[in-house]
Amino acid sequence: MDLVFGSVVLGILSGGIYALMAVGLTLSFGVLEVINIAQGMLVLVGAYFSFALEHYWHIDPLVGLLVTIPALFLIGYGIEWAFLRPLRQDRVALSILVTYAVALVMEGLIGLWFGDNFVAIHAWYVDAAVDVFGLYIPYIYILGFALAIVLLGAVYLLLYRTKFGAALRATVQNRDAAVLIGIDVQRISTLTFAIATGLTAAGGMLFGATNAFNANSMLDLISRLLMIIILGGMGSMGGALIASLIMLVSVDVVSVVWTPNWSTFAFFVITVVVMVLRPQGLFGAPPARKV
Amino acid sequence: MKPNNMLAAGVISLALAILLPLTVLGSSSAGVIAFVVLVLAALWAVYTIEKRRALLTSLIGVIAAIAYPLVFNSTEATTIMFFALLYVAIASSWNIIGGFTGYISLGHAAFFGLGAYTIALVADRLGLSGGYGLFAVALLGGVAAGLFAIPMGYIALRLRTIHSFVIVTIAFLFMYQLLAFNLQDATNGSSGLAVPQPDWSGAFFNIPFYFAALLLAVLTVGLAAWIRNSRFGLGLMAIRDDEDKAAGVGVDTWKHKFTAYVISAVPIGIAGAIYAYFSSYIYPQTVFDPMIDLTIVLSAFLGGMGTLLGPILGSLVLQPAQQLLTLYTGAAGWDLVLFGVLFLVVILLMPSGIVPTVVERMRRARVQEAVRKADALSQDAVPDAAAEGGQG
Repeated sequence: MDLVFGSVVLGILSGGIYALMAVGLTLSFGVLEVINIAQGMLVLVGAYFSFALEHYWHIDPLVGLLVTIPALFLIGYGIEWAFLRPLRQDRVALSILVTYAVALVMEGLIGLWFGDNFVAIHAWYVDAAVDVFGLYIPYIYILGFALAIVLLGAVYLLLYRTKFGAALRATVQNRDAAVLIGIDVQRISTLTFAIATGLTAAGGMLFGATNAFNANSMLDLISRLLMIIILGGMGSMGGALIASLIMLVSVDVVSVVWTPNWSTFAFFVITVVVMVLRPQGLFGAPPARKV
Repeated sequence: MKPNNMLAAGVISLALAILLPLTVLGSSSAGVIAFVVLVLAALWAVYTIEKRRALLTSLIGVIAAIAYPLVFNSTEATTIMFFALLYVAIASSWNIIGGFTGYISLGHAAFFGLGAYTIALVADRLGLSGGYGLFAVALLGGVAAGLFAIPMGYIALRLRTIHSFVIVTIAFLFMYQLLAFNLQDATNGSSGLAVPQPDWSGAFFNIPFYFAALLLAVLTVGLAAWIRNSRFGLGLMAIRDDEDKAAGVGVDTWKHKFTAYVISAVPIGIAGAIYAYFSSYIYPQTVFDPMIDLTIVLSAFLGGMGTLLGPILGSLVLQPAQQLLTLYTGAAGWDLVLFGVLFLVVILLMPSGIVPTVVERMRRARVQEAVRKADALSQDAVPDAAAEGGQG
């Protein structure tokens, strides 16, 4: 019983970290109408960036975020400007191909730079654990969850309390109408993608501190993130958060009460079952019929 | 046609002309000739597509493919073309759902893996030994893939939006991979399964596999062509253009999509089984491999999605290019980077693929030619009219 309780707690905490990785994906889908296959790789780029700062220059990963978040913001800006903006028709299909190609290039470069050994980010709060009601939880999970809440809160404020956020939400609702009322959709798109990628830097650092990773982790990661955003309802930020929590709690519980071998299976089974019962996801709007 | 697209067509033709002969240059020059003939046949096929000489062109393509291993029988050369032909079949089959209806499945590698595991398990349980007979067992791989496609298609196609469909098909693929890892009693988990090997030796070893792949490719392309020209295919393409309007004019969209999905699984299952037989050992991560899906989509896209020739041309270009990159730059680790860059360039310059771009370019050229002629005629006529006006 204690084990199950422990796994629920750990699931919730790591769910927050996954939410941070998934929000970028769901935001860029909502605004740009693209499926960003490179998101998994961007998480790893963030993780490797933090790893390199810590490993070579001994910069604390949390402090390092001050460097990695702006750096990934710029990378995201560049990707949108160079590869996504030129896509005119068939955006969904072409974005899958383009972002996959981008991911391949990044995977190749990272493999060249770091090799394919598994690495992990270290810091005192990663290696030490705290006793919470008899559960030993590494500080990083608690810090990570707190950081996720803070950053997601910031995104929420950005979306619902600023003019930029209003323009962004208008773009999600109807791209063409947004253009008509004078919103610079192109600028909104680029900024959204850049912000989404910047957030991913934080998600990547936390992922790298809680998992061992190499450049090949990309496909496994992107498949999980895609399941999360489709479960939550594509384009829904709150949905991505709730879905992350549901997914990670069930994965952790399955691995404790049954076996870790089948834990990821819970991910896919939940996705498929929800898709059968509610094709638009938990918080997605039902697909509108085109007139 | 915009000038940058024209440039892209030029760059790609040049890359083709350099890349393809390079792949075989190490071994013999006869292979180069065979390759060039094949490529020319493919290019000519593109050229004549509007002139309805498809049958003659495909006949030339098939003859070149049959002649290829006879002229040129080194193991490397036949291996490269074996994979190219296998992917012609796979991508053409995927094109039936992905290209004709626009429902891009990223989970068709599941059928590849199902076919591979079917042949391995059947051969193991029945104690079969290697030989020509195992090719018949490969057909069972197609049957298995088709049977599994029924519930999968039922679930995935309930989702009306294409992006949800894409993601659920990925979920299926990973589910099968996990099952193959975890159902150790049947699949032997991560240790993989062996497929009995035939006693063909030396350079001849590849030949039966080559012709099996060729036969599968021809039949699959034939199937795709038949579907495209049928009433059923017309319904599929109506769905791609506008699903609601298709339903409005009386296309039973669900039945069309579902049938196309199940049909497209079968040849891929057979291809997976042939691959398993060829490679002699299969692992969950090599046959349920997301990379297979991306290769399929990239091949179909490169040539032109939804066209018959697109997946053929795409596979014939992509497979040798991919193997060449791995061969020459794989050890240094640059193959992924170059592969990715190559694709970014192609996608950005030719967003609709080679075949549609070339066809469109020729159509434009003909229109421009006609306009120029008409202009020339009217300019001839204008001075006369002016002269008449002056007289009057």
